[in-house]
Amino acid sequence: MAPRKTERILNLTICLLVSGRFVPKSRIRDAVEGYHDLSDGAFERTFERDKDELRALGVPIEVGSFDPLFDDEPGYRILPSEFELPAIDLDPEEAAVVGVAARVWQHASMAESTQSALAKLRAAGIEPDTSQLADLQPSVQASEPAFEALWNAVITRTRVSFTYRDGAVRTVEPWGMTSRKGRWYVIGWDLDRKAERMFKVSRISDQPRRVSRAGAYDVPDDVDLRRLARSLAPPEPTATATLAIRTGKAPSLRRRGTLRPERGTDLRPEPVEGPSTGSVPTDATASGPNDATDSGDSVQLPAGFEVFEVGFSDVYPIAEEVCRHAADVVVLDPPELRKAVMAGLSAVGDVGEELRA
Amino acid sequence: MTSQAQVRRLLSLVPYLREHDGAKLTDVAEAFGISVKTLRDDLNVLWMCGMPGLTPGDLIDIDMDAVETEGKIHLSNADYLPRPLRLSNDEALALMLALRTLREIAGPGRRDAIDRALVKLEAAAGGQTTRAEVSVAAGREEIQARVADGLQRGKRLDLTYDVASRAETTRRLVDPLRLFVLDGASYLDAWCYLAGDLRTFRLDRMAAVEVTDVDVDPHPDVVLKDLSGGWFASLADAPLVTLELEPWSSWVAEYYPTESVSSRPDGGLTVSLRVSDPAWLTGLVLRLGGGAKVVAPPGAGESAAEAAREALDQYAALGLTA
Repeated sequence: MAPRKTERILNLTICLLVSGRFVPKSRIRDAVEGYHDLSDGAFERTFERDKDELRALGVPIEVGSFDPLFDDEPGYRILPSEFELPAIDLDPEEAAVVGVAARVWQHASMAESTQSALAKLRAAGIEPDTSQLADLQPSVQASEPAFEALWNAVITRTRVSFTYRDGAVRTVEPWGMTSRKGRWYVIGWDLDRKAERMFKVSRISDQPRRVSRAGAYDVPDDVDLRRLARSLAPPEPTATATLAIRTGKAPSLRRRGTLRPERGTDLRPEPVEGPSTGSVPTDATASGPNDATDSGDSVQLPAGFEVFEVGFSDVYPIAEEVCRHAADVVVLDPPELRKAVMAGLSAVGDVGEELRA
Repeated sequence: MTSQAQVRRLLSLVPYLREHDGAKLTDVAEAFGISVKTLRDDLNVLWMCGMPGLTPGDLIDIDMDAVETEGKIHLSNADYLPRPLRLSNDEALALMLALRTLREIAGPGRRDAIDRALVKLEAAAGGQTTRAEVSVAAGREEIQARVADGLQRGKRLDLTYDVASRAETTRRLVDPLRLFVLDGASYLDAWCYLAGDLRTFRLDRMAAVEVTDVDVDPHPDVVLKDLSGGWFASLADAPLVTLELEPWSSWVAEYYPTESVSSRPDGGLTVSLRVSDPAWLTGLVLRLGGGAKVVAPPGAGESAAEAAREALDQYAALGLTA
C-alpha cells in the first residue's frame, strides 16, 4: 500500500471538489501537498497519472479555463452534482435482497466491485443486511484466466487482442459478456473478420492485451446480449428420430419427445402406402426379431419399451445422448442415426475388449 | 491492496462515518468487508487529508482517543463529502449481475423486491448496465416458484425428479433447506425421505413439484456443503480417474473440473479428474462413443464397455443393422 499516494489523490479530489470553479494546474501544484517536492517533469507525470486513476474510479474531472486570469492554462474541477451518488431509496425488503448480492461473486475483483457498490449504498444511508436470506446462495464463477482483462475492456470500451484456441490472433472491440451454463463468452466486433463474433473465454489461450485507449469505440445501441446468448443454444429441431425407450429411463429424451400411441406390444406403425417405404410390414403374430428392415419400422421390441418421436437437428449430438443410455434406448429410425449410435457403441465396446486383452 | 482501491473506499468511508457518528471499529470493518487493521490504516490516511492548505483547521478531524480507548469513530470537518461517489459502471454491473442471479432462485415475493431494487439501482447508475448478463439454467418458471415458495414457508415438497446418473425418474418427499446457483445452474439442497439423507437436486431436472401442507421437520444435524470452493472442493475425497481423450473429445477437459491435463503427441489429452459416482463415469464414456479411454483405475471403464456390448447385442437380436 502507498499511503502517501492515497493521501495525495484524496487531497487532489477534495481540492477540485471544494473550489466550485476551474482550478489552474499551477495552483493545484501549490495547494496539494504531495506535489510540492516534485520537479516540473515529475509533477506533470504524477498529476496525469492521478487524474487517470480518479477517472478510472468514475470521478468526473472537468477541464476548462473560464477564469479570465488563467486563460492560458487549463483548469480542473469536480462538480458535486456530477460526483455524488443520486438519491436512492430502498425499502427494508429491497435492502435485504441487495445485501445478498455481497456474497454472489466468486471472483476476487468482481467481489471487490460489489463490495464497493454496497459500501457506497451504506454511505448513502441504506443498510443492506448481508446476514439475511441465508437459505439462498446464488453464486457466479469466473475462473477463466482471461476473464478480468476482458471485463475491464468491456467496461472501458478498449480494443483487445488475444490468441484463440485455433492459434489465430484476434482483435476485437468487446461489447459485452455473457455467462451460460457457468461458462463466459465475450461478444463484440471482430476487426479481422469484420463481423459480430462471440468467443468462449476459456478457449482464449493467453492474456488479452489492450491495443487502444479507453473509449475507443461505441457499442451499437441495439446490441442484445440475450438474443446473442440464445444463438449459442442448440438449433431448433429439423428432423425426427423414432426411439424405443425402456420405461422410466432416459427422462431427458422422453420429455422432449412425444409418445406414440401403443398398439399392444407390437410397435409397428400403420402400413404406409406406396413403394417408397422400402419394407412391407408383416403380420404381427409372425414377426420375430429377424424380420426387421433398415427403416426399423417393423421391429418387435421386448416388453417394457415405449416408442417416442424426438426432434433433432444434427445427428452427432443426439447420437451421443442415445449412446449414453446404451441398451435403454433403441434407434428405430432414421438409419443414419442408428449407424452413428452403433459406431459409437462399438468403439466403446472395443476399447473395453482391448483393455481386457 | 492498491492505492486506487483505497481511494475508492475512503471516498465512501467519509460519508459513511459522517452518517454513523460513533460507529464501532468492528461494525465499520464488517460493513466495508475489511479487517480492523485495514480500517485503522484507512483512518491514519484520512486524518492527513483535507482542504488545500492542510492547516489543522483544514484537516479531516478524527477523534483518535475514542478510536484507541472506546473502539469508536467520530469524524468531523469533512462537510464537502456528504455523499458517496456515484456508482461506476464496473460496480453497477457487478451488483446487478449478482442481483439478477439471486432473482433466479428467489421466491415470488422476494422477486418483486429484487425487480424494484434493480429499477432503482439502474436509475442511480445511469450508465450501461446491460453490458453483461448471466443466464442460469433454472428450469421451468412454475417449478422454480414452487420450490422457492416451499423453502420460504418451510413446507415439505413432493418432488418428481430425473436422476441423471441413473437416467431414471423418481418421486420423493423432501424438506427444502437451501437454494443455490453454481456454475450457471440452480440447485436445491433438501432432506430426502426416500434416501433418508441430504440430497442435492438440479431445478432443471425437476419434472414436477407440489408444495404440501406439511411443515418441514427440523434437521439440526444436517451440515450443508461449503460452496465457496465450487464443486471441485466437494469432490476432493472422490477417487481419481485418468482418461485418454481423443482430440474431438478434448472439450471434456474444459467442461469438467480436472486435477491434471497433459497433451499427447497425437493431439489428444490425458486428463485426471475426481469421480464420486461410477454411474456418471459410465454415462460419460458411453456418450463419448470411443472418444475416451479409461486408463486408471484398472477396470473402471469396464461397465461402459459392457453396457455398449449389451446394447449392440440387443440391436443384433432385433435384427437392426447399422
